[in-house]
Amino acid sequence: MVEIHLSVNGAPHHDEVEPRLLLVHYLRETLGLTGTHVGCDTSQCGACTVLLDGKSVKSCTVLTVQADGAEVTTIEGVATADSMHPVQEAFHQEHGLQCGFCTPGMVMAAIDLLQRTPHPTDEQIRTGLDGNMCRCTGYHNIVKAVKAASEKLAAEVPERPGRTPIHTPLGVPIVQ
Amino acid sequence: MSQPNTSESVFGASVLRREDARFLTGRGRYTDDVTLPGTTYAAFVRSPHAHARVRAIDIGRAQQVRGVRAIFTGAQLAADGVNGIPTAWLLPDIKLPAHPPLAVDRARYVGEAVAVVIADNAYVARDAADLVNVDYEPLPAVVDTEGAAAATTLVHDIAPANRCFHWSLGDAAAVDAAFSDAAHIVRQRLLNQRLAAVAMEPRSALASYDKATEDLTLWVTSQNPHVHRLIMGAFVLGVPEHKFRVIAPDVGGGFGSKIFIYPEECVLAWATKQIARPVKWTATRSESFLTDAQGRDHVTDVELALDAEGHILGLRVNTIANLGAYLSLFAPCVPTYLYGTLLSGVYKIPAIHVEVDAVFTNTTPVDAYRGAGRPEAAYLLERIVDIAAKQIGMNPAALRRQNFIPADAFPYQTPVALQYDSGNYAPALDLALRKLDYPKILEEQAQARKQGRYVGIGISTYIEACSIAPSQVVGSLGAQAGLWESASVRVHPTGKVSVFTGSHAHGQGHETTFAQLASHDLGIPMADVEIVHGDTAVVPFGMGSYGSRSAAVGGTAIHNAIGKIKDKAKRIAAHLLEAAPEDITEENGKYFVRGAPDRAKGFGELALTAYLAHNLPRDVEPGLEANSFYDPSNFTFPFGAHIAVVEVSRATGDVKVLKYVAVDDVGNVINPMIVDGMVHGGIAQGIAQALWEEVRFDDNGQPLNASLMTYAVPRADQLPSFDTARTVTPSPVNPLGIKGAGETGTIASTPAVANAVMDALAPFGVTHLDMPLTPEKLWTAMESAGDQRRA
Repeated sequence: MVEIHLSVNGAPHHDEVEPRLLLVHYLRETLGLTGTHVGCDTSQCGACTVLLDGKSVKSCTVLTVQADGAEVTTIEGVATADSMHPVQEAFHQEHGLQCGFCTPGMVMAAIDLLQRTPHPTDEQIRTGLDGNMCRCTGYHNIVKAVKAASEKLAAEVPERPGRTPIHTPLGVPIVQ
Repeated sequence: MSQPNTSESVFGASVLRREDARFLTGRGRYTDDVTLPGTTYAAFVRSPHAHARVRAIDIGRAQQVRGVRAIFTGAQLAADGVNGIPTAWLLPDIKLPAHPPLAVDRARYVGEAVAVVIADNAYVARDAADLVNVDYEPLPAVVDTEGAAAATTLVHDIAPANRCFHWSLGDAAAVDAAFSDAAHIVRQRLLNQRLAAVAMEPRSALASYDKATEDLTLWVTSQNPHVHRLIMGAFVLGVPEHKFRVIAPDVGGGFGSKIFIYPEECVLAWATKQIARPVKWTATRSESFLTDAQGRDHVTDVELALDAEGHILGLRVNTIANLGAYLSLFAPCVPTYLYGTLLSGVYKIPAIHVEVDAVFTNTTPVDAYRGAGRPEAAYLLERIVDIAAKQIGMNPAALRRQNFIPADAFPYQTPVALQYDSGNYAPALDLALRKLDYPKILEEQAQARKQGRYVGIGISTYIEACSIAPSQVVGSLGAQAGLWESASVRVHPTGKVSVFTGSHAHGQGHETTFAQLASHDLGIPMADVEIVHGDTAVVPFGMGSYGSRSAAVGGTAIHNAIGKIKDKAKRIAAHLLEAAPEDITEENGKYFVRGAPDRAKGFGELALTAYLAHNLPRDVEPGLEANSFYDPSNFTFPFGAHIAVVEVSRATGDVKVLKYVAVDDVGNVINPMIVDGMVHGGIAQGIAQALWEEVRFDDNGQPLNASLMTYAVPRADQLPSFDTARTVTPSPVNPLGIKGAGETGTIASTPAVANAVMDALAPFGVTHLDMPLTPEKLWTAMESAGDQRRA
């Protein structure tokens, strides 16, 4: 067993885990955070996407011990008590989900995509979400949702010359 | 349908979904999310051979693994009286081989479960399962659909020539006559390849037995929890129905694959009692590819006879359908009554005859996958019509239009048993052509061809059968169940309403659409309505969701139950207003004497009156609750026109879908946003069949692409956005005028895209290639033929 310390959605955790325990199973089985899903066993589907130190990873491909000392954000940690994240809200408004199974991973991947590419074209959205599969929507409304979210986030932080808006993992816009 | 109940009716509005909040915040509750105190975990030992005798199973080493609680084999289940999994659709002279939940002496496909290990956690269960040593004697495998009949090996000893059944429909003599009169005869052999459903949530089950109360509870990824309970309880396990609760909580997509009763849930429901602990199992994606029932897998010879002007005279179809190693729950009806009956399509075809040979092979069982039989029918008909247009030299839209069943011919009796309810096919095609700007696209295509670019346009005018199904009709055709639907509407004393539906949602958004329907019918806010589904302990016996039946059948059951509620509310209102019940009218939830709306009784007041029971008419019972079991009088027949524009790269053979226009007529629509969403997803799956997806086995029955690394589920950057529209031809079958919308996209899009690709390859003189139309296949065809214009 290996001792680990990590932060999940802002809360500190200290556990002893088997070295082979996948991060997704630690989140789901040990912490009971069942919003992160497992849709495959080859890191193709992206249903298990979480943010590890602010960057999206497929948590079925990360050992829990690799997350030692890291900050993990799951779908449960994205909304505030009062409101959903703009990406979540856009998925709702644009009907970007049906069965909901791929949705948590899709939202986390979209948040990461918009951090890297705040003003994506449709093509950039499609390429950027290449690692996340959806079988219900044909991606049509997911693309619309991510586009709408990017516009909403951009409207919150108007771009000014010499300043680059950065979106934190939780989508809180910071202007440097 | 009835008139909208409020000026701003929610019926027909794109109301945002109430399901979304929990799914978007990670608070959905799927089967694998449920864990009970003391839960143990199952791992299955699966056959690595497509066909093998099981000589012995050695569990010695596996038993030594710390944390292992039990290991069971098929012999133990059989000794305890566990029966095989039955099929629910019988045909004349059908062969019904036993299908034990764990193979006993022979394994018949790669992945068939032969033993189960139950341990304290899933990792340990898997470790131990890998240590179970099964002594197999490999046998020759039957794999090929066409070769099955002539194979010397039998998958089941009771099925000579590996034939499960032979089935035919239509008038062979009339077809022969039509062909002898024909000016044109078009022939083609078509393969409709095997597909995997790949719902994003893998199958999962959690079984728990309470020894004190003798209650068995099963959480399971099911599209029809009551069907699971009935078949598992009464046929497989012998568990009394009233002591068996099946819960299908949030389910992450089904597409047919979660209709059926699978071995794993049967084993778990039995094992929980043996070990007195809850047992959970969730498929890995690899297990899903091996064991989820798959779809399609037809080899078909089709012949079409036309007169000199291109009028269709007759259609002759011979199909071999591969059913895999065992008969899955509804497997016999898919290549027969969901297929042969649809072969008239949207066309007036005087004579049709279809013969189907269904065969067993040493492959994963085949059953319904989105569309189920109807995509196979649409594909062959829309391909052969397109090939005919090319052969005769007619425009494919014009050939279709001139053969449409005319709008004044409904109800229309086809020569293959069905009577179409309503239809108006030309406007849908015209709208699709207009949206595409067809003349301009034809011109652009001609320009592109001059530049050496290979652009193709493909049309598909499809029909589909929904509102499954009139129980007497399907009973006479072999169904072992009725296919009505139930609803229970419970009005609470405060006028709030719980609607219990036998339908099940696994992405369709019933919690929103059915609330819209109930709100509309009752004239009360949507917020006052809750939709409950998926739990046999609270919902009346229902048949579940498949075949695009939920709104047309389940919705009508809700509508009818509400009708009973309103009748009772009117009687109470009449009593309070000292009037005759027939003089009471209702608008927006207010009940009043006709012409006197100022003295009205509100729905909430009437509900309270019903429960207080202080002042009710003598012949009216207290309470306000009603049930309905709605059995449709006919199927409904959605239709439409889809057009794809594609470009095939000469250099790589890769296909890019440039434009996609879909015009669907699904009758009246409760929520256009949700219908559009289902159409999008269906189109994506249909395009995927045309271009990428195919389950493949080698000659020994080994799966060649049983993972998401190798099975080509499309990703976002492979697909275009879709241009969708609707025409509205209400169905006269149900009072809501709804036809059904869940499968249209899948049915329509495959032939549209295949036709477009073949059109793109016309300069090469290539008239047909079988799906999937992969870059390799197209490149090879272009390379070997060469552009004929330059020859």
